[in-house]
Amino acid sequence: MNSILILALILFGLTSFYFGKSRIKKVTTNGAFEPKALPHFYGYYQALWCALPALVIISIWTVFEPLILKNVIENKIQIASLNELSKDELNLIYSQIVSFAQGNFSGQITKGIESGAITYKNLLSISQGAKIILFFCAIIAASLFAYNQINKNVHAREGVEKALTVILFLSSVAAILTTIGIIFSLLFETIQFFSKINPLDFFFGLGWSPQKAFISDPTSLTPQEAKDLKEAFGAVPLFAGTAFIAFIAMCVAVPIGLYSGIYLAEYATTKQRKWGKPIIEILAGVPTVVYGFFAALTVGPFFRVIGDSIGLEVSSESALAAGLVMGVMIIPFVSSLSDDVINAVPQSLREGSYAMGATKSETIKKVVFPAALPGIVGSILLAVSRAVGETMIVVMAAGLAANLTINPLEATTTITTQIVMILVGDQEFTSAKTQSAFALGLTLFVLTLILNFIALRIVKKYREKYD
Amino acid sequence: MTREQRLKKRYAAEKRFRFLGIGAIAISIFFVCLLLFKVFSTGSTAFIKTTIMTEVDFNKELLELGDVKKPTLKQIKEAEFYDVTYKAATGLFPYKNDEEEKGVKTLLSGNYEIEIKNYLLNNPELLGQKVTIELTASDDLDQLHKGNFPRDIPEDRRRLNNFQLNVYDNLVEQGKIGTAFGNYFFFHGDSRDPEIAGVAGAVIGSFFSIIICLMIAFPIALMAAVYLEEFAPKNTFTDIIEININNLAAVPSIVFGLLGLGMLLSVFGLPRSTSLVGGITLSLMTLPTIIIACRASLKAVPPSIREGALAIGASKVQTVCHHVVPLAMPGTLSGTIIGLAQALGESAPLLLIGMVAFVVDVPSVPTDPSTSLPVQIYLWSESAERGFVEKTSATIMLLIGFLVIMNSLAVWARQKFERKW
Repeated sequence: MNSILILALILFGLTSFYFGKSRIKKVTTNGAFEPKALPHFYGYYQALWCALPALVIISIWTVFEPLILKNVIENKIQIASLNELSKDELNLIYSQIVSFAQGNFSGQITKGIESGAITYKNLLSISQGAKIILFFCAIIAASLFAYNQINKNVHAREGVEKALTVILFLSSVAAILTTIGIIFSLLFETIQFFSKINPLDFFFGLGWSPQKAFISDPTSLTPQEAKDLKEAFGAVPLFAGTAFIAFIAMCVAVPIGLYSGIYLAEYATTKQRKWGKPIIEILAGVPTVVYGFFAALTVGPFFRVIGDSIGLEVSSESALAAGLVMGVMIIPFVSSLSDDVINAVPQSLREGSYAMGATKSETIKKVVFPAALPGIVGSILLAVSRAVGETMIVVMAAGLAANLTINPLEATTTITTQIVMILVGDQEFTSAKTQSAFALGLTLFVLTLILNFIALRIVKKYREKYD
Repeated sequence: MTREQRLKKRYAAEKRFRFLGIGAIAISIFFVCLLLFKVFSTGSTAFIKTTIMTEVDFNKELLELGDVKKPTLKQIKEAEFYDVTYKAATGLFPYKNDEEEKGVKTLLSGNYEIEIKNYLLNNPELLGQKVTIELTASDDLDQLHKGNFPRDIPEDRRRLNNFQLNVYDNLVEQGKIGTAFGNYFFFHGDSRDPEIAGVAGAVIGSFFSIIICLMIAFPIALMAAVYLEEFAPKNTFTDIIEININNLAAVPSIVFGLLGLGMLLSVFGLPRSTSLVGGITLSLMTLPTIIIACRASLKAVPPSIREGALAIGASKVQTVCHHVVPLAMPGTLSGTIIGLAQALGESAPLLLIGMVAFVVDVPSVPTDPSTSLPVQIYLWSESAERGFVEKTSATIMLLIGFLVIMNSLAVWARQKFERKW
């Protein structure tokens, strides 16, 4: 339906472009007045007036029609039913009615569903009819208005440019809408989660086993269930596992990345730089799922074999394997960011140091590095936030069960792994288990936001100092 | 310590430091090579498949077409192929009991009946004749032939029993085992059997997602960048937008998956597991990256261009549309391609919006359930069969191939059209 309307709109828009363009020529050939803008601006003017109001109507309908229909039908169900229905039951009946009305319902058809479907279809046809009528009214009214304006020789370019600026502004707001969408969708579920689980139990609890949290009746918990629920969602093992794996990753990435960054910035010849930098950047371009595959099938078993040969018990999903591979993935981040930061250190500082008789390495260690330190710390913080949010490597190579340990040879789990584990497959939105994934997601979002914010502040402040 | 000794020590430290730098770079390069070598060495064999030359008797009686004089294609299509395929499969090697019969039959792929049928449909003139056809071998035989299965481990830990090994050796001696181009890998959807599983569904799913991502992200990102660079007034709201974009670029990708799940699927009710939702989610994820790239290339256009256009009477919008944006196009395009390459390799958000479903059919529209290339890699890497390891690596090769093409395109676009001011 919408696609046909939009197609029609494009057609109308195109014709009104040519109409507006020829109209202004006709108006002005009478010699009454000079046009105030080039002819094609009148074309755009006519086309914009034709298309924009109708487009607004279509989008309003697309967003609100389902919501209003749902509300009306659910009210009717509530009135028709004998006993009070919960929100989930209403949802279920509504979706049954909709799928029956669309003709792809497989299940027991009751009288209620049938009559509901008839009401639904009636309402839908009323709303669709109203949409089409409004759509054409809007097109005709707006086109007539624009036609009149053109006859009056309005300043078309200003109008068109204003509309264009508004459209540009709206697209830059899209980024803010994305953020609002993220916060809204995370916060909504998280608040519901915290209405069931005490936030203190979540942030400070030591046991994570969401599969235990089975509630038969949410209104009255048995003592055993309440105790299970209290102990099922302690996220400390996940925070610890995430921090631990990120720490291992940084142990790999920081020295290697920093030394290669320093070498590329200070020692490498132009030719070495030309070849070395892109090769290291390859590591950043490889999809994370490939690293996950590498960690799970090569590095994990490799550590296991080595561990077996020297008599150590190594889990095949060890934190060490996941952390090491994650570290390799992060090397290019640290290296290119620190390369940039070191390059930004003014040459005069180095020359001053050389003039005092220092060798190159002494200059780097005692002058360049301290000067670049804030920027390097910033880039390391960015890399940490990257490691904390990394998903595929840990999903494929780290463990699934929560395990509070500091032994790198054992399996641990992370925030991202648990989000994926909980949300892949079937999920019901009302269960505490599903909602816990959103609470974890919000924690992750806030955590990375803080890290990024600090890192960007440090980098920016430092840049200003030398510019 | 004398002056010479001190100097010597300092030079040694210098040398050590330099060596550490070279070492760090060498380690990075080593990891690149190891990764690529591992993937290529395990994956390259997936592009060919093992076949068994099988004698098939297209007997009219067996096909229950005995009383039809000149059967049409439709009649052949509806004929009873069970006897023909059964005879062909069991005719590979003489067997003694039911277990051995099963052993012989399972040397062929799960799809051999369809292969035989299609062969006859393509060559209807062979009806009533005995022919030798190349049929796809089962995954186990395929892996054995490629040398990925050790033969000297105890029988109960092997996928093929002693009898099947014997049959295999016999077939090799008769020269009936051959290799052919792995058509299933390229042209089929997913399957539980590694030998007939393919990436076509994933490739098409990825293609749809990327196209949708391009159609949404590129215009919005370009317009947002133009607004922020050329039109935005200096006020708090503009600052908020800028900070917001920078922070959004560093949000973990899985959070966008949660956004897709919480907003697109449950609030807007878009269809689950489809490349439509995947594309929208990926476009939200790449939007900040592309905006930043577009802004950088708009910034690179020198102010003299703008001033020249304004001086001869162009309006602000005309200046931007006619001069600034066209000149910035190479940069914006290459930034967009790099953003899309990132989206192509991304899998975490797609897991959450249900693109991990087991999809056999190749999707034909973006609203069909589908997977994408990286998700297919994830799915196969979780499978136990040895044949999927090879397929996973081959899929990685394909994915890396696409990424290399896209990135070279970006570099080429920049170098070819970029102007130095």
